[in-house]
Amino acid sequence: MRIPCPLCGTRDRREFTYYGSEDYANRPAADAPAQAWDDHLHNRDNPCGPTRDLWYHDPCGAWVRVHRDTATHAVHGSDLVAERGQA
Amino acid sequence: MSGYRLSAGGLVDRSQTVRFTFDGLPFTGYHGDTLASALLGNGVQVVGRSFKYHRPRGVLTAGSEEPNALVEVLDGAQKTPNVRATVQEIFPGLAAQAQNAWPSRNLDLMAVNDLLSPFLSAGFYYKTFMWPRAFWERLYEPLIRRAAGLGRLSGRHDESRYEKVFAFCDVLVIGSGPAGLMAALAAARSGARVIVADEDARMGGRLLADRPEIDGMPGDLWAAQVLEDLAGMPNVRLMPRTTVVGAHDQGTYAALERVSLHRAAPGDAPREAFWRIVAKRTVLAAGALERGIAFCNNDRPGIMLAGAARAYVHRYGVAPGQRVAVFGTTDSARQTARALQAAGVQVAALIDPREDASTLEDFKVIRGAVVTDTQGRKGLRRVQVRQGSNTFALEADSLLVSGGWNPSVHLACHMNGRPVWDDGIAAFVPKPGAVPGLDACGAAAGRFSTAACLQDGLRAGLAAVADLGLAAPALTAPQAEDGSYDITRLWHVPGKGRAWLDFANDVTVKDVMLSAQEGFRSVEHMKRYTTQGMAPDQGKNSNVAALAVLADATGQTIPGTGTTTFRPPYTPVSIAAMGGGGRASGFAPQRFLTSDAASRERGAPMIEAGLWYRPSYFPRPGETGWEVACDREVRMVRSAVGVCDVSTLGKIDIQGADAGRFLDFVYTNTFSTLPVGKVRYGLMLREDGHVMDDGTTARLGAQHYVMTTTTAAAGQVMRHLDFVAQAHCPDWDVRMISVTEQWAQFAVAGPRARDLLRAVLDDLPDLPFMGCAEVGLYGIRGRLFRISFSGELGFELAVPARFGESLFRDLVGRAETLSGGPYGMEALNVLRIEKGLITHAEIHGRTTAFDIGMAKMVSPKKDCIGKAAAARPGMHGPDREQLVGLRPVQPGQRLTAGAHLFTPGEDVKRENDQGYVTSVGPSPSLGWIGLGFLKNGRARVGEMVRLVDHLRGLDLLCEVCDPVFLDPAGEKLRG
Repeated sequence: MRIPCPLCGTRDRREFTYYGSEDYANRPAADAPAQAWDDHLHNRDNPCGPTRDLWYHDPCGAWVRVHRDTATHAVHGSDLVAERGQA
Repeated sequence: MSGYRLSAGGLVDRSQTVRFTFDGLPFTGYHGDTLASALLGNGVQVVGRSFKYHRPRGVLTAGSEEPNALVEVLDGAQKTPNVRATVQEIFPGLAAQAQNAWPSRNLDLMAVNDLLSPFLSAGFYYKTFMWPRAFWERLYEPLIRRAAGLGRLSGRHDESRYEKVFAFCDVLVIGSGPAGLMAALAAARSGARVIVADEDARMGGRLLADRPEIDGMPGDLWAAQVLEDLAGMPNVRLMPRTTVVGAHDQGTYAALERVSLHRAAPGDAPREAFWRIVAKRTVLAAGALERGIAFCNNDRPGIMLAGAARAYVHRYGVAPGQRVAVFGTTDSARQTARALQAAGVQVAALIDPREDASTLEDFKVIRGAVVTDTQGRKGLRRVQVRQGSNTFALEADSLLVSGGWNPSVHLACHMNGRPVWDDGIAAFVPKPGAVPGLDACGAAAGRFSTAACLQDGLRAGLAAVADLGLAAPALTAPQAEDGSYDITRLWHVPGKGRAWLDFANDVTVKDVMLSAQEGFRSVEHMKRYTTQGMAPDQGKNSNVAALAVLADATGQTIPGTGTTTFRPPYTPVSIAAMGGGGRASGFAPQRFLTSDAASRERGAPMIEAGLWYRPSYFPRPGETGWEVACDREVRMVRSAVGVCDVSTLGKIDIQGADAGRFLDFVYTNTFSTLPVGKVRYGLMLREDGHVMDDGTTARLGAQHYVMTTTTAAAGQVMRHLDFVAQAHCPDWDVRMISVTEQWAQFAVAGPRARDLLRAVLDDLPDLPFMGCAEVGLYGIRGRLFRISFSGELGFELAVPARFGESLFRDLVGRAETLSGGPYGMEALNVLRIEKGLITHAEIHGRTTAFDIGMAKMVSPKKDCIGKAAAARPGMHGPDREQLVGLRPVQPGQRLTAGAHLFTPGEDVKRENDQGYVTSVGPSPSLGWIGLGFLKNGRARVGEMVRLVDHLRGLDLLCEVCDPVFLDPAGEKLRG
């Protein structure tokens, strides 16, 4: 598997560490209700098809949001977690 | 009577004689021979015994699909089993032996199984060995395993070299027959980076075996010209002896290269290399595999596939027999008869089931006829032929069979695509698009004539070039024969005896029919019930015929019956090749301290800490065992001074206007208020409220901090900080980088720590506890932190890593003049347990700040990672297991980490579990002490608990105490 790092280009997945769904990047407010924290921490979809998840590119230290497909294993692209939503 | 070397012909080098042994007997062959061709040339007919019935077997094919000629290759004490003699090239000194035969391939006592065959049909062990149940494991299974089987390993470590290799290309061409060579030529001339992989030692595919005429020259010469052309192009890599074994995601292909298995003196070369090839486009030109016909006793030595016989004649100059009969359903059989006749071999007859077959040949053609049976136990002697209602015998020592050709669809099916049935050629062909970027052409796509292969290869090559956006080169396909493929379907000639489908697993037509009859009608069930296609050849020779028989038995069509799943690898791959380099010290990277050599010189045994190697203790002469040394080192620190390399701790440099604010967010406590020149202990949570890590962070400047993490969590904390910064506060002014390897850091601890530092530093600053300062020493700048992980007056001195070794030697040497010295991990561990200081044994991922008694460190004044979750019910309170100290009631008793705690008087069972022990150590002053977690533990200080370790046979009473055993007021470390 190869993953495109927006900073370094396409690299082997052995250079990356997996985290999980992009939901982890969307932290609830400190005073959000317990249910919101439960959902954020523990409740995840298990999508068959398009998915966006978080990978850490160890050599450059960038957190990358990868757009891929769990059914076909196609990797469509990626963006930086730090810049998500700006594009 | 059997095979022999023809007086001329073949592509072997007759000027180079090669000596080798088989079953200990000396033989000779020529350079360019495989073990199979050399044995055939020497008249050896029986090369092994079959899997189940131990029937004598000979060479069936000339390729990697060989089911019979599996041998063991010996290399010193090593033994490589299941080597296909049809692939193994001979070299001077090659030693091979037959397998699955006892005592020998010519006299195999296990052949008694063949007489028992009525009892050994499909599923026999499910039916026969049912009872008594206990006998299965003790008697039946060992017996069956001894009787059935393939080759055996040496039982030793495989210490040979193997390698992993990565390659990238624009176009990967798999196969180098007419289609592959044309595709490669088209792609290469466009300027694309091309890799051509072929599993044969010599490239050219069927052009070598059939030598068809191409543009007026023999096929092997045409192939040699094209290969020379390709070899001269810098954008082309030719990879002979390389089998592409798997098609994977994103255009990744796995391939196995036999690097030195054919060399007498491989030197430093690895045996095999496992390649990962990434290709933008792939041309599958892997050709087709011939299939046999199931008739009674079709497995006798001397019976061979017709196309293989042509390969032995043309490529190796070897005749399969003295007098051969040919039996086949396509013109492949006729071609074979002509080729043998032309080579001077006596052709007994061509037996063609087609009624309208031409009889205009220089040999006898028996048309409208089939072979019904054969005779000759250790080598074919006679063939029974039925023509209409006549049955007669034909003398022959070799029978060459062709039931048609199956395109090599395997790689095209590795990503779940099923092949498509093509009724015109009665075979499966690849489904286009089943593997993205892969295009099958030539015989692999069911186009069998040489002309069709050349044209289709050119088409596939040009299509790949166009996909890549490159300009198409001017290239046309050369002229070649373009015969039709006129196949008559014949899977099975009915008869009384056993007709083999899967030679390698001894599966017969009767077994498949029995499977259908007993309800195993699905192809996947039939496969597992009969073991059809489950041998090393994975059914390459037999699956399609077995499907046809199953379809017949169940009244379905062949496409309706479907195929089993094609999975990588295409041919067997040794585990050693896949794990190339990953044994012994190659298994994981090793990280060494700058003091590593100095510690080893002192005889320190090393202990692994993650990837790091740290000294366990520094033995003195006369000391026996680690406890004596550890004891001495602990006393030394408590009474004088000790030096310990603590560079493995993670060190993260954090800078920026928002650095303090950022630390406030990742730590539970506050760092923005920390004065410059001070150090603070920090606790870090995961977002789910559990403790992630702890450590000290120093403020070196207004916008400059340096954080230390535990050794174990250094990588995790770095990732975490990057995540928090990038995901949650990307607009803050804060940057961080790991400097773990840039700084060597040494703990200097003990009442005489200042004496030692004074001797080393230009000037010892008057640091308060938890103070830090830059210091000068020997003309370089270092950092001094007054922190302690031992409870003693302690410092940590950091210098740029390149000075680490010399500083360590200097510190240790000077410490020894102060009755001090180095200490290792064991002493470090005892020192910190005595002080109740935690490590990842305690913060193991399931403990909260409350559990370790640090709830108050979670600041109420600010948000931090993990704060919301840590406040949830269940994360704190009396039901939680809390950190406590443990001391045996009877002094001197040993404790073990991992033991469980119970209330005295209660049954020792899971429901009564009260907690567990995390760390233990022998304190010189207190005896064995431990840290552990106990339900509501802080309220139970002074109570007794029962400590039980069933694994190590421990059961004793302990007193629950405060986790800080020594100097609870911290007078020593503040002194």
